This record gives sequence, structure tokens and C-alpha cells, in this order.
Amino acid sequence: MNKIIERKMIVPNMHLLTLEAPDIASKVKPGQFVIVRANDEGERIPLSVADWDEEKGTVTIIFMEVGASTGALACLAAGDSVATCVGPLGNETEIGNFGTVMCVGGCYGIGSLYPVVKALKKAGNRVIMVFEARSNYLIYWVDKYIKLADKIFNVTRDGSLGLKGHISRLPDIINGLPNPPDRVIVNGCTFLMARTSEMTRDPSIPTVVNLNPIMIDGTGMCGVCRVTINGKMKFACVDGPEFSGHEVDWKEFLSRRKAYLEEEVLFFRRSEPKQAVHKEGKCQA
Amino acid sequence: MNPEKTEKTSKIDLNRNDMPRQSPEIRRHNFNEVALGYTEEIAVKEAKRCLQCKKPKCKTGCPVEIDIPDFISCIVKGDFSSGIKKLKEKNCLPAVCGRVCPQEAQCESQCILANKKGEVAIGRLERFLADWEAKEGKVDIPTKAKPTGKKIAIVGSGPAGVTVAGDLILLGHEVTIFEALHKAGGVLVYGIPEFRLPKAIVAREVDYIRQLGAKVITDYVVGKTRSIDELLKEFDAVFVGTGAGLPWFMDIPGENLNGVYSANEYLTRMNLMRGYQFPMSSTPVKKHVRVAVVGGGNVAMDSARTALRMGADESRIIYRRSHAELPARLEESENAEEEGVIFNMLTLPVRYIGDENGWLKEIECLKMELGEPDASGRRRPIEIPNSNFRMEMDAVVCAIGNSPNPLVPSTTPGLQTTRRGTLVADQETGKTTKERVWAGGDIVTGAATVILAMGAGRKAARSIHEYLETGKW
Ligand SMILES: Cc1cc2nc3c(=O)[nH]c(=O)nc-3n(C[C@H](O)[C@H](O)[C@H](O)COP(=O)(O)OP(=O)(O)OC[C@H]3O[C@@H](n4cnc5c(N)ncnc54)[C@H](O)[C@@H]3O)c2cc1C
Ligand SMILES: Cc1cc2nc3c(=O)[nH]c(=O)nc-3n(C[C@H](O)[C@H](O)[C@H](O)COP(=O)(O)OP(=O)(O)OC[C@H]3O[C@@H](n4cnc5c(N)ncnc54)[C@H](O)[C@@H]3O)c2cc1C
Ligand code: SF4
Ligand code: FES
Repeated sequence: MNKIIERKMIVPNMHLLTLEAPDIASKVKPGQFVIVRANDEGERIPLSVADWDEEKGTVTIIFMEVGASTGALACLAAGDSVATCVGPLGNETEIGNFGTVMCVGGCYGIGSLYPVVKALKKAGNRVIMVFEARSNYLIYWVDKYIKLADKIFNVTRDGSLGLKGHISRLPDIINGLPNPPDRVIVNGCTFLMARTSEMTRDPSIPTVVNLNPIMIDGTGMCGVCRVTINGKMKFACVDGPEFSGHEVDWKEFLSRRKAYLEEEVLFFRRSEPKQAVHKEGKCQA
Repeated sequence: MNPEKTEKTSKIDLNRNDMPRQSPEIRRHNFNEVALGYTEEIAVKEAKRCLQCKKPKCKTGCPVEIDIPDFISCIVKGDFSSGIKKLKEKNCLPAVCGRVCPQEAQCESQCILANKKGEVAIGRLERFLADWEAKEGKVDIPTKAKPTGKKIAIVGSGPAGVTVAGDLILLGHEVTIFEALHKAGGVLVYGIPEFRLPKAIVAREVDYIRQLGAKVITDYVVGKTRSIDELLKEFDAVFVGTGAGLPWFMDIPGENLNGVYSANEYLTRMNLMRGYQFPMSSTPVKKHVRVAVVGGGNVAMDSARTALRMGADESRIIYRRSHAELPARLEESENAEEEGVIFNMLTLPVRYIGDENGWLKEIECLKMELGEPDASGRRRPIEIPNSNFRMEMDAVVCAIGNSPNPLVPSTTPGLQTTRRGTLVADQETGKTTKERVWAGGDIVTGAATVILAMGAGRKAARSIHEYLETGKW
């Protein structure tokens, strides 16, 4: 049981969750994740740690409400508890003085990159941020990044901020720089990571992705998180979650990630109604 | 014929009493326990068959040396409460062992009546006493020795860890169990299915340890949340009982297709995450029509029988040797067969074939034949060239074995491992190569049995106690 210190929606569909977890807060490193169960019936879901406060003993997660389990988390409020928060799991991001590092974040990855960028700056790197979102109002934590990043680019699908289009516009950004970055780090949805890796393969810029397969235990016990890296089977929870984006078998990864699509929908159709969040015409969420 | 001799042998009752079970047609559709246990009447009748040997051979077959004739004689007298006390002197998990121990290869195989194929049903009697105690609802809480002020950390809450905890807390030490998952019990909760070992029984055993005063901290991964070295700063001794939880795959094409599971994943989804209650539980499970389970041990039987209960039309065991070599408990392979699991013996999968969406569609197998005995004494399976054939399948569960999880060894300097990834530990004491660290159970032996894990726990507890008393490593 971990007490919730704060839970709020920071941009539509994207939630911030701060939990009391002193053991984790004193141990976690950039790139690691925790496994959370909202309640005793809950599924175990992996979520990256986006920030922490060792003194207060808290960790912060940014999550997107996509299905049943993230939905259950979104219904919780400060003062409630989650049944499980275990970690820190996975390996930490490799940090070194690489020169110029381009960090590409979309969706929850904007949050999970934050500790990475902090560590990169501390190690003396120049950091270029690229935020990708459907629209400008879905980009968050810009105030935090402004203090850290040397340069910030935006790509929005509707063109409301920065370049208009998909992450496929990344080459335009890279080509506009005096020198290509020495390393690219991508966090966020699978499509973003896969596409970015494709685009950095040819200019051969080392590209690090933080894979997000389906997981159960997060300790190497079940093998559901297996991925093919350079033709070899790896367990993302213990061998990763970070891998070279150029070595990931993306086709297989995408198909494994979608394995439970139908069942996730089925869960919503069970007879028991979901807890009402609208009371007396007001949203209680 | 000597009339006296006839008289004597005729007293020996060679008819083992069957244990009532759910009928195969019914049980293959539910997750309730298959075996229903002896009634008092049958238990007494079975107990009376025991000859009360002066030199009981059964006892030599028991890894923890339970006083078998003694507890059986209590049943004959109808004194069940003394019987369970006797049992618990040597075995702190009788309700579990009575259900899952391979008695046919241990105590019962040694029983003098086994020569005549009429061995006493020791396991069923053990189970009877444990269930009787639970039904009575008054579990004896033994008196603890006075507090010693010593603190022990136990990593892993499987049978090994729970045994160490139970023993040391009675000796007055302070015990804390750290468990990676959200529920304590090890393989007993995440692996062995409800229909063979109801989770309520495991919960009861863990609760008992809690009642004795042990702290059980779940959701705590040693090697991640804290390292062994960090625990050693706070605790006087550490016991590692992290089991053998790392699943093996076969390294054949198509293993990462959707629909291919490790047995650990398949069983964890069903048991720990209660997938069989989906969609009321939230961990999703697939409905599969044709399931093949690769392997021939208990894990394979459990998976194949689970598949039937999840509604599969067809559930198969694919094993590369023959029936005689099946490593599973006899009772379990028989149960599986009765329930309708199909056995494809002398068969080896060589390739999994998927559809355009990355889902398993077919498996390709080779036929095998048996050659000379190998190092394990079993006849070696040899591939028959060009015997390839295919079967349509929408799920494969790989149950070919597990090795120890490297998480603890790899984060603990000074802990030596073998080539197989198991921890090096003294057989008699459980001492590892690192001072103040003991280990036992599957992490030391590789995947084995509940009773061996408990036996190792018991020895380690004795050695830890000695160390705490004398300070001598
Ligand atoms: C190491 C790791 C770190 C992760 N970190 C985060 C994080 O910090 N924040 C976060 O929001 N998520 C993160 N994820 C993903 C997160 O675990 C899933 O979003 C979550 O399990 C969804 O659970 P659910 O039951 O709510 O949705 P489900 O019902 O399981 O999923 C609904 C549908 O949405 C799809 N989907 C789920 N998540 C995503 C996603 N992120 N992108 C695109 N499609 C998705 C699923 O494939 C499924 O089809 C991480 C995953 C891993 C493995
Ligand atoms: C499906 C199945 C069926 C079986 N059937 C039988 C049977 O019928 N009869 C029989 O005798 N045996 C059977 N076995 C084998 C038996 O269950 C094991 O030999 C026994 O449980 C081993 O006990 P253990 O205490 O060593 O480890 P485990 O029971 O494996 O427990 C280890 C515990 O440690 C935890 N852990 C691991 N790493 C860490 C970490 N880093 N930090 C904290 N905690 C950690 C794990 O989560 C787990 O809970 C079966 C096994 C399986 C998988
Ligand atoms: S060997 Fe068989 S008959 Fe003899 S004491 Fe043991 S159980 Fe009874
Ligand atoms: S999540 Fe189970 S092995 Fe990685």
C-alpha cells in the first residue's frame, strides 16, 4: 500500500500521480520504472518514474489514461492508496558526456525523459528537446524543461506549435542543426520510438529507446516482456527497458504489444458498472 | 499350506483407500479442488492398514523424517489433535505437502507394503490431519523463546523462506520476509493452480507465520529496492530463498509469436492475477481453442489442465520422451489424462508458425525414438529424420524448465554461483560463500520440490540460530 500524495490531470487524458514510496525514492535512477496496481483486483502495470523527491520520500509518475488499469488509477485522489508500487525496476539510462544529445518525447515520455535530461545536463551534455504531440495543449512541463534544455523544438500534428506533422519531421530538425546530435534518446509511445529509430538509422546516430511491452512481474519471472534485440531474445524488464532502437525487431514488438486489445475492451463490458465519476452534474474525477 | 501363515497374511489389508475426487467430466470445467480428501471414517480405516513397523522404512523415504507410524497411530486412536502436533514437529506446511509432495517416490515408495502394491496412503493421511485442524479452527500457537534481539531478513516467501521464518521466530529472533510479488507464498501462489492447491490454504500458512510475529513485506525486490549488502547493515543474518523463477525457452523460430507463453506467464496470469475470473479480474486472458503444452513435469500438467478449465476444446502435452519418463507426479499425469488432456509422446516442437498478424497458427514437430540411457539414467530421445509434421494450434505453453533468477546473485558481490546459475551453498548448513548469508530451496538446487525446499530451510534455520548464538561463522 502506497499513499497518494497528489493525483491531477495535467493535460487532457494525461495524469500526474505522486506516491509515497520512500524506499523507491532513495534508490531510483533515470530510465527506471515501477509496477503499480491500483487496487486489490488490479492488473500490474509498468509506469516510468518521471520525478522523485528523496527527502519527502515520494515518486511521481505521468500516465496516459488508455484502458482499464490506467482508468482505475485516474479515479484515485490524494489520500487514497494504491495496492502496489514496487521498484525501482529495470536498468538505469546510460549517462555519460556524449556531447549533444537530442531527447525526443511524446505522450507520457515527456514526463519520463525529465530525470534523464537532468542527469545528461549534470554530466555536461548539450541537450536538445523535441516534443511531439497532437496539439500544443498536450505538451506539458515546458517550464521545467526551459530551465534545463539548450534548445526546444516542437512537432504538432495540427501545426498549433512548431513544425506541423508527425515525428517524420525529425529529419527536418536534425538537418537544420549545424551538426547532427551525437545521440538520440526517445521515450513515449511505440510508434514514436519505432519511427524515430527508423529515421536515425541511416545517418547512424546512436538511438536509445525505452521499450514499453506488456509486463506482469517486472523481475524476469514470466517472460511476457520478451523482445528481439539484434536477433536475440531479451526480457525488457531486466535486460532493458532501454535498448538501441536500431536493434529492436519493431514489427514483432508492435504485434506483441497489441496482444490483448480485444480483451481490454471486454473488461469494460463486464456487468459491474464502473464507479460513477459524475455526481450531481459535477465531475468528481 | 500352513494355516497359521494364511491367518497372518490375511490380516494385512492391501487395499489402499481411494480419496474422493470430483469426477473428470465436471472438474475439467471448474477451478475447485480436484481431490476432496478423506473423511474421518476413511482416514481411520486407511490408518489401520499401517503395520506400525518397528523399523519403519517409510520414515527413511521422507526428506524431513516425519514420524510417520506415530502420526498414523494417533489417527487410528481418533486422537487427531495429537496427530497434527506430531506432524508439525517436522513439517510446518502439512496441508501443502499432503497435497503436492511426490509421496509415491518418497515415503510411500519405501513403505513395506509397497512390495505388494498396497502402500499406506501416507500423503492422504497427512492432508487429512492438516485439513481437520483447519476445520476445527483452533490452530495451536506454540510458545516462543524469549526475544534475542537478533534480526533476520528472509528474501523470498516460498516454502524455503517460510520454513526459515517459522523456525527462527520460535527461537526468539525477529524475522522479516521480503517478497517481490504482491502476495506471499512463492510458487505455491503464483504457479500451482487453485484446483490442486487452493490459495486459501497457502494464505492460511502465511497468516500463521504472521501470527507468530514475522513481518511479511510484499512488493519488495531485493537486488532492486535494496541490495543484500544493504540488508546486512540492518540485519544480523540474511537467508536467500528466491527460487528458480527464470523461464527457459527452446530457442526455436517463432517463439515470440503471440499465443506462445512461458508456463510461468500462463500460470501467473491464471493464479496470482486470477485470470480465471476474467473479466471480473482485470488481468486479461485469451480464450484459446487448441493449446499445446511442451514438457512433461508437474508444471506442464498444471498448464494443460488449466487450459481445459479455461475452455480449450483441445489440450495436449507434447513430450520428447515416452510415458515412462514423464517427470510429473503419477497422480497428476493420471488426473490430466482422465480430464481429457491428449498426450503426444516422443514428439519435439521445432518451429512455431504464425499468421500475418503475428499470432500462432501451427506448430511443426519432429518424431523421436528412445536411444541409450543418458546421464540422468533415462533413455535419450533421438530425432527421427524427416518425420516432421504440423499441428494446428492457437496457443503453446512452454514448460520445459526454469533456472534461478540472477537478480540477487548478480547484485551481490561475494555470492558464488555454479555454471547452472544456482547459488553455491553448503548442503548441511545452507551457508553461502558470503558471510552472514544463507541460501536454500530452488535457488540452490535448481527447480526441485516443496519438501526439499522446506528441508533446506530447516537446516539453514538451525545453522543461522547457531551462528546468532555463538557469533561463529
Ligand atoms: C517500462 C515501461 C514503462 C512505461 N511507462 C509508462 C508511463 O510512464 N506512462 C504511461 O502512461 N504508460 C507507460 N507505460 C505503458 C503502460 O504500462 C500502459 O499504458 C498500461 O499498461 C496500460 O494499461 P491499461 O490497462 O490502462 O490499458 P490497456 O487496456 O492495457 O491498453 C489499452 C490499449 O492501449 C494501448 N496502449 C496502452 N498503453 C499505450 C501507450 N503508452 N501508447 C500507445 N498505446 C498504448 C494498448 O496496447 C491497448 O491496446 C510503460 C510501459 C512499460 C513497459
Ligand atoms: C507449476 C508448478 C507446479 C509444481 N508442482 C509441484 C508439486 O506438485 N510438488 C512439489 O513438491 N513441487 C512442485 N513444484 C516445485 C515447487 O513449487 C518448488 O520446488 C518450490 O516452491 C521451491 O520453493 P522455494 O522456496 O525455493 O522457492 P519459490 O517457491 O520459487 O519462492 C521464491 C519466492 O521468492 C520471490 N523472489 C524471487 N526473487 C526475489 C527478490 N529478488 N526479492 C524478493 N523476493 C524474490 C519469488 O517471487 C517467490 O515468491 C511446482 C512448481 C511449479 C512452478
Ligand atoms: S513402512 Fe508402511 S506399514 Fe510400515 S510404518 Fe511406515 S507406513 Fe506403516
Ligand atoms: S515482466 Fe515478467 S519477465 Fe519481464
